[in-house]
Amino acid sequence: MPGPGAAEIALELRDVAKSFGSVAALRSGSIAVRPRSIHALVGENGAGKSTLVKIVAGVHRRDSGVFRLHGKDVDFGSTAESKASGVAVIYQEPTLFPDLSVTENIFMGRQPLAAGRRIDRAAMLQEATGLFERLGVHIDPRRPARGLSIADQQLIEIAKAISLDASVLIMDEPTAALSGVEVDRLFAVARSLRDEGRALVFISHRFDEVFDLCDTVTVMRDGQYVSTDAIADTTVEQIVARMVGREVAELFPKVPAEVGDVVLDVQGLSSVGTFHDVSFAVRAGEIVGLAGLVGAGRSEIARAVFGVDGYDAGRVTMAGRSLPKHRARAAIRAGMAFVPEDRRKQGLIVEDSVARNVGAVIRRGLTRAGLLTARAENRAAGPWAGRLEVKTPALDMAAATMSGGNQQKVVLAKWLATNPRLLIIDEPTRGIDVGTKAEVHRLLSDLAGQGLAILMISSELPEVLGMADRVLVVCEGRITAELSREEATPEAVMHAATAHVVHAAEAAAADGGDTGRPATDDNHQEVTA
Amino acid sequence: MSTTLLVEPSAMSPARRVAGAVLRSREIAVAAVLVALILLTTLKNPSFLLSADGWRDLLLTPSLLLLLAIGQTVVIVTRNVDLSVGSTLGLTAYLTGKLFVAHPGLPILAVFVIGLLFGAVLGMVNGLLVSLFKVPALVITLGTLYIYRGIFLTWAGSSRINASDLPESFNRLGSQQILTIPVLTIIAAVVLAGVGYYLHTARSGRELYAIGSDPEAAQLYGLPVRRRILAAFVISGAVAGLAGVFYAARYGTVSSGAGYGMELQAVGAAVIGGVAIFGGSGTVWGAAIGAFLLVTINRALPIVGISDFWQQAVVGALIIAAIVLDRVLAARQERRLVAAREEARSHA
Repeated sequence: MPGPGAAEIALELRDVAKSFGSVAALRSGSIAVRPRSIHALVGENGAGKSTLVKIVAGVHRRDSGVFRLHGKDVDFGSTAESKASGVAVIYQEPTLFPDLSVTENIFMGRQPLAAGRRIDRAAMLQEATGLFERLGVHIDPRRPARGLSIADQQLIEIAKAISLDASVLIMDEPTAALSGVEVDRLFAVARSLRDEGRALVFISHRFDEVFDLCDTVTVMRDGQYVSTDAIADTTVEQIVARMVGREVAELFPKVPAEVGDVVLDVQGLSSVGTFHDVSFAVRAGEIVGLAGLVGAGRSEIARAVFGVDGYDAGRVTMAGRSLPKHRARAAIRAGMAFVPEDRRKQGLIVEDSVARNVGAVIRRGLTRAGLLTARAENRAAGPWAGRLEVKTPALDMAAATMSGGNQQKVVLAKWLATNPRLLIIDEPTRGIDVGTKAEVHRLLSDLAGQGLAILMISSELPEVLGMADRVLVVCEGRITAELSREEATPEAVMHAATAHVVHAAEAAAADGGDTGRPATDDNHQEVTA
Repeated sequence: MSTTLLVEPSAMSPARRVAGAVLRSREIAVAAVLVALILLTTLKNPSFLLSADGWRDLLLTPSLLLLLAIGQTVVIVTRNVDLSVGSTLGLTAYLTGKLFVAHPGLPILAVFVIGLLFGAVLGMVNGLLVSLFKVPALVITLGTLYIYRGIFLTWAGSSRINASDLPESFNRLGSQQILTIPVLTIIAAVVLAGVGYYLHTARSGRELYAIGSDPEAAQLYGLPVRRRILAAFVISGAVAGLAGVFYAARYGTVSSGAGYGMELQAVGAAVIGGVAIFGGSGTVWGAAIGAFLLVTINRALPIVGISDFWQQAVVGALIIAAIVLDRVLAARQERRLVAAREEARSHA
């Protein structure tokens, strides 16, 4: 790797390798982060970014390679050691203690002490309030962490990391759940930390953020270091090409399919406090996109349609037959499939094998004399795993050990095994890397081509615009627009999604959205705001 | 969104917030039930509370379970459980008797210290097994429950410790009072205050809650999970050892059945007192009141004229009611917190 003397580098890893059993998670990871710099680390899921982060954090110990902090060789055996050396890490998934107060969560293990080593709660609360003030966070520091949204939890993680006063701060996809305003605040804080002379590592799949915030970018692929460039000297296309090792011509290859009969018909669906008078239809071979701001009620509508939640008024009809409310089992029997937003918690039994997960819904049909054998499960799961190219060496591997993209494929396989007529998919590519994203999109397109009706919820505007034949925009629990593929421009969708907000500034920003980069989504922030 | 800082509910005055928290607290609810029970029983039979013996028994009888419930709380808070405390109590009680038989002149304080340390060692065995082998505490302590009881049976056989084996001063301690309050109850209250204070104000005490709230997050956080869990079991064992010495002092006789089944009462007391069985929340104060309630119910029901069978059933119903209440309240609180978030979002 190019670079000046080691003394100027805050964090340096060179040819670091780490294997878990026979699986090499990281073959040769390298990165050199200078103080006063925000360094982007990009790569597909499974490229080894998270493993690298966990080595720096002391969660894992590297097998080989050089690991230096401020020019000194280090070898962390625990997260406590890395913290003590001034490394703070914000993990992809928030790790909070739900029963404890927000303040305690921030200061756990290093609470300010008063006389006699007693915790000084007043000082702790004051510090937390100050941190939130700096971050512009609207959370009562006294409330328990339970019940907070993922975005709020992420903000607490950030406050926690900042309060550590670390010299090296690593953020593993901190913005995935944040709204536009929150992202702006986070970036402002990140910049001020940089100006204080700290070294920051920023992992993100959103290139607009990478280009907005970072000064240097390191690309990884298949557990290996690929390149490091100054942001000013590179382009999104170059980076994407390096990440996937090939030029990505089209990210969202939706092929127009023949649209058939109405499969799902929703009439006047209402649930007090969440959504009101929602009516729409999905036809065979059609992908209907459900767009809107995070929190607009899209997922809630989907859950009510599928029967996970109840509703107060309205009617859900599948292929002409009315469905009872709050009865997911009836919906499944009628041919409905539902891929939820949170696949680790709701989509998968992560401790179970791939085969068992794929067979989870159809398991009744696999039993012989009431007994379910591993052989029957494997036989049923094999073809689906193969068709969806689930990259896992064996069907008996636990789903927990797989990358996000592969997990999503397993969830899809589980539902496709039921031969559904309607697929509801909530955030199909959240936390999935560029290469696999395109694969998931191609898959959805193929499925629609085979006559499956698809209702797709997505917060990523390019995904909605690229994939959907028709876009329904939800705003504060109401459908505010129905747009055909031709009508669905970023401006039109956003206008409908923020129908209740006076938004001259956002509209102006959206007009500036560029068209040349398929992978950037300049409008993304507004849409998720 | 507005850019002004709004840390929403902090607009409430501190006094009102504290008052609200106290009124909603589980401890107050259980204490109210306890007071109501005592009043009702006293109305039926005034000597239950108003006679000198009644007053003493009311305070003295729960002191053993009180200790066990304190220890149990410390363990349950970390998302573990210690089922061996009943056996630990029995074994330590017998050890106490044997010590006095072998060395009649032993100072009483030394016996207390030895009982405490012996219990701590037994607790450490539990803690080491749980934290080193990562086997659920339920299984480990179920095992040591039988092992400790087995050692006790082998050691004691059919013999037992009688009051005559114990020094007079030690026997007296079992019923001695200071300002009408039994000494054993005072000691238990001191332990309660100490442990409660520790859990609330020490870093390591708060870490026990963190570990129980989300063990994986605690690991990622760099908390010394193993050490803390080990310490929790040592505390539980030590307190159970102390309870063993109490047992010998209170009853004078120790046979091999001593402390039998008390571990479940201790778990019950903690649960009734609002300690979440999956860890992360609850206080020793609640557990202590729960212990008082459990023991007092057992003593009060015969006076009120309820048959043996129903006494057991009432205790069972109480435990289930406590857990159901917990679920309902937790669900309500979760809804409230989510609502507060929505509110904040729409106002922001």
